[in-house]
Amino acid sequence: MTAHLPVLIVVLPLAAAVIVPLISLASAKAAFAVACLTLAAAAVASCKALSHVLAHGALRYELGGWAPPWGIEYVVDPLSGGVAALIALIAVCVVVYAGPQVNGGSSARGGMFHGLFLLLVTGLLGIVLTGDMFNLYVFLEISSLAAYALLASGGIRGTVATFRYLIVGTIAATFYLLGTGYLYALTGTLNMADMAVRLTAVMDTRAYGVAVVLIVIGLAIKAALFPLHGWLPDAYTYAPAPVTGFIAAVMAKVSAYALFRVLYFVTPAEGASAQALMLLGWVSVIAVLAGSILAMAQQDIRRMLAYSSVGQMGYIVLGFALGTPAALIGSLLHLFGHAVMKGCLFLAVGGIRWRTGIYRISDYAGMGRRMPLTMAAFVVAALAMIGLPPTLGFFSKWYLLSGAVEAGAWLFVIALVLSSLLGIVYFFRVFEFAYLKAPEAGQPTPPRQELPLHMLAPILVLTAAVLVFGLLNQQVVGGIIRHALPGALAP
Amino acid sequence: MSHYPLLAVLVSLLAAGAILLSDRRPNVREAWTFVAAAVKFLLVVSMLPTVLAGGVIEATYAELLPGWSLHLRADLFGLIFALLAAGLWILTSIYSVGYMRAGHYTHQTGYFASFAVCLSATMGIAFAGNLITFFLFYEMLTLATYPLVVHDRTEEAVAAGRKYLAYTLGAGQLLLLAIVAIAVLAPGAAFQPGGFLMGKAPLGVLGLVFVLGLIGVGAKAAIMPLHSWLPAAMVAPTPVSALLHAVAVVKAGTFGCLRLVHYVFGVDLLRAMGADTVLAVAAALTILLASVRALGEQNLKRRLAYSTVSQLSYIVLGAALGSTAAVAGAMFHIVAHGFMKITLFFCAGAIYVKTHKLEIPDLAGLGRQMPITFGAFTLGALGLAGTPLFVGFISKWNLGMGALQSGQAVFLAVFVASGILNFAYFFPIVYTAFFGRPGQAMRFDEVGAALWAPLAATAVVSLILGIYPNAGLQFYHLAWSAAESVMAGAGQALAGGGTP
Repeated sequence: MTAHLPVLIVVLPLAAAVIVPLISLASAKAAFAVACLTLAAAAVASCKALSHVLAHGALRYELGGWAPPWGIEYVVDPLSGGVAALIALIAVCVVVYAGPQVNGGSSARGGMFHGLFLLLVTGLLGIVLTGDMFNLYVFLEISSLAAYALLASGGIRGTVATFRYLIVGTIAATFYLLGTGYLYALTGTLNMADMAVRLTAVMDTRAYGVAVVLIVIGLAIKAALFPLHGWLPDAYTYAPAPVTGFIAAVMAKVSAYALFRVLYFVTPAEGASAQALMLLGWVSVIAVLAGSILAMAQQDIRRMLAYSSVGQMGYIVLGFALGTPAALIGSLLHLFGHAVMKGCLFLAVGGIRWRTGIYRISDYAGMGRRMPLTMAAFVVAALAMIGLPPTLGFFSKWYLLSGAVEAGAWLFVIALVLSSLLGIVYFFRVFEFAYLKAPEAGQPTPPRQELPLHMLAPILVLTAAVLVFGLLNQQVVGGIIRHALPGALAP
Repeated sequence: MSHYPLLAVLVSLLAAGAILLSDRRPNVREAWTFVAAAVKFLLVVSMLPTVLAGGVIEATYAELLPGWSLHLRADLFGLIFALLAAGLWILTSIYSVGYMRAGHYTHQTGYFASFAVCLSATMGIAFAGNLITFFLFYEMLTLATYPLVVHDRTEEAVAAGRKYLAYTLGAGQLLLLAIVAIAVLAPGAAFQPGGFLMGKAPLGVLGLVFVLGLIGVGAKAAIMPLHSWLPAAMVAPTPVSALLHAVAVVKAGTFGCLRLVHYVFGVDLLRAMGADTVLAVAAALTILLASVRALGEQNLKRRLAYSTVSQLSYIVLGAALGSTAAVAGAMFHIVAHGFMKITLFFCAGAIYVKTHKLEIPDLAGLGRQMPITFGAFTLGALGLAGTPLFVGFISKWNLGMGALQSGQAVFLAVFVASGILNFAYFFPIVYTAFFGRPGQAMRFDEVGAALWAPLAATAVVSLILGIYPNAGLQFYHLAWSAAESVMAGAGQALAGGGTP
């Protein structure tokens, strides 16, 4: 059974993605239940695989019995297992939040939503677990296509934003595919482990350099790294709340994961990839600052959070660029932490819009009394984004900072500190409106309108995770992340 | 392992939750505050015998960072601060209930809950055994104080809140940077009397780290030019100003300053870097300039705020002078200033509740209307000016002795000059109140007992501690023992040549 876990994690949601829309024609509730159970099963399977891997070493699965390097291989190592568990667990939270009737639509539309959502999760889990460069492309497209459909379901502006994302995303995927083609031409293999061995012989060729550049650009667009982030704010802003909550939490992270996988596990450490990382470092410094500054300028809270994501992706890539153990731990911890925090924020903000129709920051007056629990969750997650102890966000920032201090990268240090200060500005602006401004005089005081339990519970679970994993971050770092570092840096 | 320090931290945190849940029943809500305050005080006092006997009470919990756990430890110095804050919380709670109800304030649930969280954070700061624990509670204190500063929700309050956050959270980021650097230089080090950084890095690097850390704690300690949030924050309700801006927040800053100087860097390292002179001069200038600034303020609370800025730098100056008497004086002044300044703020609040007057010329003749309040005010003012028989004299005597011991007599002149300035800005108030000619005849009309009893109590305590500095909780003894342990630690660090 354990031997089949790597493929089960991917196949379960894939199968359910086909069945759920059909079931929904009969019963929306049944379809919802199947979707929930499938994702829960995927989450259990990935956690089980992760704990197995941590105890006994990487799990490899040969798809269809074809041995690598010819066949496609699925690999669960501490890195991919950890990210897969994160995706699956957040997916469970989001599907519960979405509930059986998404946006009050018909049951058939609800079924389509759940089907597409399962397909998106399949794609993301596939990207993480595959050990094959081309297979990664396939899953990248599966997840993207599902995401386009989901994002476009948010009304006319969502459709326009998604069309833009479709074009940009397709270009990004093409970049990645071209790069992979070059590498295939150079090495004759698509298996990552095999390619890593063979690339050392050809690392001085110009074609290799071009391949690295193409792959890095493609994945950087997908990860919305400034200045390639243009598609993200609109796409996040106009999509339905559960979709944004999930995509903002994990989708860009998975692209960052792919970047990490390629640059640290496939390409040789010196040469083109080192230069690419150095360049990414400088770009990410700009991303960290630009994202925060743009976030300050927003009136729409969803756009504010979206730009904040652009800045936070900079944090993650910045750690990759520094490359010291502390910095990489910081990046991976932030990859995990930001997924939880940003997921929580978007779900809270989406819930507020769903309940009250409010999405402009200036309309948040009195929200602290109208939806106290949702706003409390928002506050905790926002403090974590700023990086105040003892939240998860503080500890990832700590590792990034200490990595930067160890490396003597003072500009990075300054960028990280400045970004926290800017974060204080844009998040406390929301707090001021929500808690200190009374609703306009003459208006009746709005009643308490807390979210229904199925929406509130996932938000509170994520909030608790922000605090609990903050205090227990050493368990995450020592138990999983240290083992997920590339071979030369692992303990 | 003893969980007393953790319990002392948690009791008011739990109370904050209970207070929020008792939103609709004010009497139950206030009962939680009093229960928590009493339990907290008893917990802290119960640690006193062990610590006086030379022991430490400590425990470590979850490992937060490699080598750095959540480490709570009650040592001599920490216990001084904890005893002070826990003791004054009881009095402030009585006063708060009287003040908030007399003033018909809204949002009282949030007020009392934030107050309880602040006290948790203060205990955490006092008992923090290493820098990461200290930082955790330091930031928690900043956040928990913010709702109190903006309590009135007016434009002015919101602006003051922004200023407060800008200074304290901004400085907090620099402190974080210093702590990261220290973690790289000396991984997993706990606070140690005499410091642990000697010889860990070139002096230039350590100097930079010191400056960053000092700005971090100096903003809360209101060292000039990082002080301007403090007068602005006077817009908060008076009990907040009293406990948080005379005791908890600003004292957390000076406490952190002493911890940083004497438990992280060590006085010898400070002298090697030349930072002791810089710090001493900055503190001396703050003492004098803030006193002069206080002379020019006509609003009572703002005058008190500048007086606080000035008095806090007594503590910083004592830390920088670094001789045994100076350090003991600095530590004792945390207590002395706490009792005296809280008296004055309580008085300001009582005057405001009764008359809605805070401009000093308007106070004419009020001494005859409110003799208890103004009597206490006079005692507090005499103490702050350093008059013998008052608690302020004890700390000032030791600080002056310390200046001579360090061979820097010029700073003795600063203390003397500041004493004169204290008379100059406090006694016009006392004179106006008792001998000024009011517009109408004044009759005895004191505030309610919930307001005058706490301020009379703190005034009497500052008189008793001035005559018997060891009375009750042995503050003076604690301060001297702590100072001696710091000096012994510094001697060892020097003898050991800086090797760990």
